[in-house]
Amino acid sequence: MNTLLKIMAAAAALGLAPAAASGQAPAPAPAATQPVPSATPAAPAPGGAAPTATPPGGAQPQDVSSPDVTAATPTDQQVAQSTAASQAVPEPGIGQPDGRMHLQDQFSPIGVEAAWFHNWILLPAITVISLFVLALLLWVIVRYRRSANPTPSRTTHNTLLEVVWTLVPVLILVLIAIPSIRLLANQYDPPRADLTIKAIGNQWYWEYEYPDHGVQLVSNVLSDEDARRRNEPRLLGVDQRVVVPVGATVKVLVTSNDVVHSWGIPAFWAKIDAVPGRVNETWFRADRPGLYYGQCFELCGARHAYMPIAVEVVSQAQFAAWVAANGGQMPGVRPAAAAPAAAGQPGITAGQSDPATPAPPAVTPGTTTPPVSNQGAPNTRQGGSH
Amino acid sequence: MTDTTANASHFEAAHADAHHHDADHKPGFFARWFMSTNHKDIGTLYLIFAIVAGILGGLISGLMRLELAEPGIQYLQSWASTMGGSAATFDEGLHLWNVLITAHGLIMVFFMVMPAMIGGFGNWFVPIMIGAPDMAFPRMNNISFWLLPPSFLLLLGSAFVPGGAGDGAGVGWTVYPTLSTSGATGPAVDMAIFSLHMAGASSILGAINFITTIFNMRAPGMTLHKMPLFVWSILVTAFLLLLALPVLAGAITMLLTDRNFGTHFFDPAGGGDPLLYQHLFWFFGHPEVYIMILPGFGMVSQIIATFSRKPVFGYLGMAYAMVAIGVIGFVVWAHHMFAVGLDVNTKMYFTAATMVIAVPTGIKIFSWIATMWGGSLSFPTPMLWALGFIFMFTVGGVTGVVLANGGVDTYFHDTYYVVAHFHYVLSLGAVFSLFAGFYYWFGKMSGRQYNELLGQLHFWIFFIGVNILFFPMHFLGMENMQRRVPDYSDAFAHWNEVASIGYAVMGVGMIFFFVNVFWSMFAGKKAPANPWGEGATTLEWTLSSPPPFHQFETLPVIDDRGHH
Repeated sequence: MNTLLKIMAAAAALGLAPAAASGQAPAPAPAATQPVPSATPAAPAPGGAAPTATPPGGAQPQDVSSPDVTAATPTDQQVAQSTAASQAVPEPGIGQPDGRMHLQDQFSPIGVEAAWFHNWILLPAITVISLFVLALLLWVIVRYRRSANPTPSRTTHNTLLEVVWTLVPVLILVLIAIPSIRLLANQYDPPRADLTIKAIGNQWYWEYEYPDHGVQLVSNVLSDEDARRRNEPRLLGVDQRVVVPVGATVKVLVTSNDVVHSWGIPAFWAKIDAVPGRVNETWFRADRPGLYYGQCFELCGARHAYMPIAVEVVSQAQFAAWVAANGGQMPGVRPAAAAPAAAGQPGITAGQSDPATPAPPAVTPGTTTPPVSNQGAPNTRQGGSH
Repeated sequence: MTDTTANASHFEAAHADAHHHDADHKPGFFARWFMSTNHKDIGTLYLIFAIVAGILGGLISGLMRLELAEPGIQYLQSWASTMGGSAATFDEGLHLWNVLITAHGLIMVFFMVMPAMIGGFGNWFVPIMIGAPDMAFPRMNNISFWLLPPSFLLLLGSAFVPGGAGDGAGVGWTVYPTLSTSGATGPAVDMAIFSLHMAGASSILGAINFITTIFNMRAPGMTLHKMPLFVWSILVTAFLLLLALPVLAGAITMLLTDRNFGTHFFDPAGGGDPLLYQHLFWFFGHPEVYIMILPGFGMVSQIIATFSRKPVFGYLGMAYAMVAIGVIGFVVWAHHMFAVGLDVNTKMYFTAATMVIAVPTGIKIFSWIATMWGGSLSFPTPMLWALGFIFMFTVGGVTGVVLANGGVDTYFHDTYYVVAHFHYVLSLGAVFSLFAGFYYWFGKMSGRQYNELLGQLHFWIFFIGVNILFFPMHFLGMENMQRRVPDYSDAFAHWNEVASIGYAVMGVGMIFFFVNVFWSMFAGKKAPANPWGEGATTLEWTLSSPPPFHQFETLPVIDDRGHH
């Protein structure tokens, strides 16, 4: 039953075309715009199972990540051809781990700044310091071994030396602190938000609300089987992805309904705890369309490893279409205009508890920072307003 | 080493004649080991306890590495079935994972490192090094130890009673609410909390004992600035224990009342705040990590000086660097909480304060190297462990500087990078110093010298093993594998497999340790009073091996040769 629910939810998220949303469409509409799913194993990760045959149910994202295309990104053309938003395919090494020995590639301004700080200041500094200590150790081991230096000196003080090895580390730390403090300041000085998302942690799934758009999602981990079928990395793929427009400053309000969780997307250098009774805030700006995975980062009980996050970054137009297809509306659009679209897709919110998501009551045009509340989210549980 | 060479003949002569009978009169078995008031016997009990707990904690980490060796859940469910006596569900298997990580953390912190360092080596050598006949409160010393076994049994027993999704306390060693309150029904977490209460009480009593002993029972001429650095390290550690543990006790008592008596300290539904617990916990928790490493600093200082045949370089700087680390250690706690939603000024402060700790730590690293500089170095097993400690602790320390940056921690928080960091400072830092001290003092404590070949094999295999085990965790963390998960995305498979192989190598090294201990205990060659030669200048080397049951019935007089 659970699986069925997930597949239905997946259908809603992936095939937003009404045909797909009505379920059981054997010929997935979006696939028509794409090359035939190639037999090339586009394993999401080294060691991952090869993708199986085209699955039923139209829940299959197009299998286009052919290895000969450098960085199989969804090109603008591909993006434009799609009418639905949630078609981004996982790309090896982008927004997900690939077995490397360094940081994940960064796709937000903060991430780029922080990764530069780590890769070009911190990592070289700690490497040099470690090697320096190692070299000194090896030197004293060789030079002052008993056979080479039978008579030990009795030196126990050298004021100059002691001052130097106190002040030099202080200097190094100050040099580290300058970009570090600047990074912190930038993290806490976001541009004006274009979009607000509320992420609510639950044992063990994430709920999302778009208070300005009247969209709600419940996002569950894909079973291993579903992940394989949809060519998504195991334990990272979800049935309903968070969708955001590219280049938009996204404010994320994070809270929890039960225990402490933590919402983090490594590729955006974003991570913040979901604490019950408290609404935390972080932000990111994704500069590239694509699919980016994250996980819960705070021990939250048995299925802590099974509540991943997937953020799909799409064009503004696709985002608007996705909002409409999910029963919401873009801020500033009159409810009347959006009503037919929503009404025409009764089954679109499969997987949600209340298909008849009410239109957001009073979205003031231009308001990008609504008051923290359960606006547009008829959530009966304690939602963490603070 | 600290120029505190005693006038040995002065008191050895005393032991040689009239006092000999009294000095070596031992009570019967039960009275000696269960009602002990002798600091050396209690130290031995602590060491035996720590080894037993360490074997358990180490085996648990073996189970964890076995499960993590490849992606997917392979063993948890069957283990949970075995433990619970009936077929376990998938969730019960996952809960067992959380029980394992919780038990591994608590056992290694509270029942292995702390008892071994403070209870074991501290009890054995602090009184001797300051020229005291025993601890200030010998009976309190006994109860300090005997609180630990029931505490340990409570923790172990908690694994067999309900604790939420399955049996046992699966809340992490940090026991964060609300997972540990509303998220974990059943008595398991209550038992774990009681266990921590008792272990904490034990440590507080021990800390009072050490502080009193060091302040009041130093031999004539043994001024504070002549004390061996190991005694300094235990003194600073005892103060950290005394100030930090009551805060933990308060926090977990509030957890207990939240769980059982309807209070809402940490429950937002009643106006409480889960973050209050995190602040209280880490106000204890950060000093706690220095509690685990400072005695190691002290032991390494003794050992480096001994085998360099040279006094410690910059003695006062070394002593006060430990004091500084202890003081700063109390004002950096929120760097464990960079992801909870602190405001920007708080993060900036805790970033800066945390980085400051690198300065006194750097002073210690460089002073150890300067101690060896110009020395006449020999490399028996304890020296190898001490050298390994210096380098591995440096590696763990510099990754600490990376994590200290609040902006960078956003990425690394709760990933394997953190796991790598704290295992480099603990498993390769604290544990290396424990082995260093164990080999250094084994002959002194047992009367028989360890086997050098087995000791060196133990060191090299263990050294290689733990590096294969923990270094790849840096890579996993850089790719953002999160902590405390039994299963992971397939891209993490390679380095996890390597880490698990490293565990096996380390395990082979440990076999040599146990063989060495048993072989040496029964067949090792008799240890002389001072097997290490002129470099070993502290008072324990002036006594026989093992020392008389009661030492220093006539107090030694410390030569006034100190010139710091």
